[in-house]
Amino acid sequence: MAAPRKIACVEIGGIPIALSTSDDRFLDLLRQRYQGFLSSSRPEFELEFDLTPTGPASDDDVRVRRDGDEWLLERGDFHARWDPRTGRGSVRQNANPYSLDSVLRILHSLILAQRGGFLLHAASAICGGRAYLFSGVSGAGKTTMTRLAPADITLLTDEISYVRPSADGYAAYGTPFAGELAKSGENCTAPVSALFFLEQGPENRVDELPPADAVRRLMRNILFFAEDRRLVEKLLDTACHFVSRVAIRRLTFYPDGKVWDQVRNFHGVPEHA
Amino acid sequence: MPENCIYITRSSAIAARALAGEMMVMNSVDSTFFTLNEVATAIFQAADGHTPLREIVRDRVCGQFDIDPEQALADAEQFVAELSSHGILLVSNQPLASEAP
Repeated sequence: MAAPRKIACVEIGGIPIALSTSDDRFLDLLRQRYQGFLSSSRPEFELEFDLTPTGPASDDDVRVRRDGDEWLLERGDFHARWDPRTGRGSVRQNANPYSLDSVLRILHSLILAQRGGFLLHAASAICGGRAYLFSGVSGAGKTTMTRLAPADITLLTDEISYVRPSADGYAAYGTPFAGELAKSGENCTAPVSALFFLEQGPENRVDELPPADAVRRLMRNILFFAEDRRLVEKLLDTACHFVSRVAIRRLTFYPDGKVWDQVRNFHGVPEHA
Repeated sequence: MPENCIYITRSSAIAARALAGEMMVMNSVDSTFFTLNEVATAIFQAADGHTPLREIVRDRVCGQFDIDPEQALADAEQFVAELSSHGILLVSNQPLASEAP
């Protein structure tokens, strides 16, 4: 007889997903890893995990493609199917938490793409009730910005920002997806005030970006894996809309705490409003 | 009809949007992303599969931009080859059925 399944409901970005497993140790891992994001909300989606022998996370490229009505998510260390009509899916993976994070990120990226949101390779934080996103290539300073943050700043993530449309623009949510800081973000949300593309330099300065350049930078940093033209079209629409509603700038910064004064005093408007 | 006619059409695997005079194109297969300038956008938009590239350059590029026709055609062929290598445009020496939805 199969062992009974136990469930941890993990709510990231206001989207509760039930993760079920018959393995008690994996359940403990789930609960520890997503502590702060566990929820008693009614799940919108369900994923059933079946574990394979433990192994490392894979450096293989991920593939996300349609298989009939289902999505097929594959990498060397996991194989998952998800049916967006029923909201249910199954995952075969080892107990590696990085594999788990990857599956969840891909699932959220698919859900968000349909809903006009996205996951962005960016740190984000709340300052004065507004969310600020800091994106850029590896080494541009995302983790540095979060390390330099004053005590009154609420860290949403140092690695993967979660963005959804809201009644008056876009909102950023905290995520448990940590980067170098190895620290989960706070589970809270705020309206997005600005997105900064980071570059380190000799002084702190904010420069405007032409809309097309902003969209190009944005698209290059959105986490999106699906080989699906309709979803890509939707994502491109979302990126254009985001640029029209949110101030997007290049932030050149010298890595000391004064850069946060620049952020705190920023009152920009979208270039393409 | 010249023997070296080139016909181009847009791949069905791409998404494209115009913003502030530039065309943004993304390939859904490998997520490669391109922004096209005005001249490239004119060629991209005229890629219907049955108008030879030479005609597109003559009517849509030389007719609107101050460019030497031979240089414009050479530049267009290079541009088409690059986008073709990324799966954005399909190229043939015979007319093509339009792939764009």
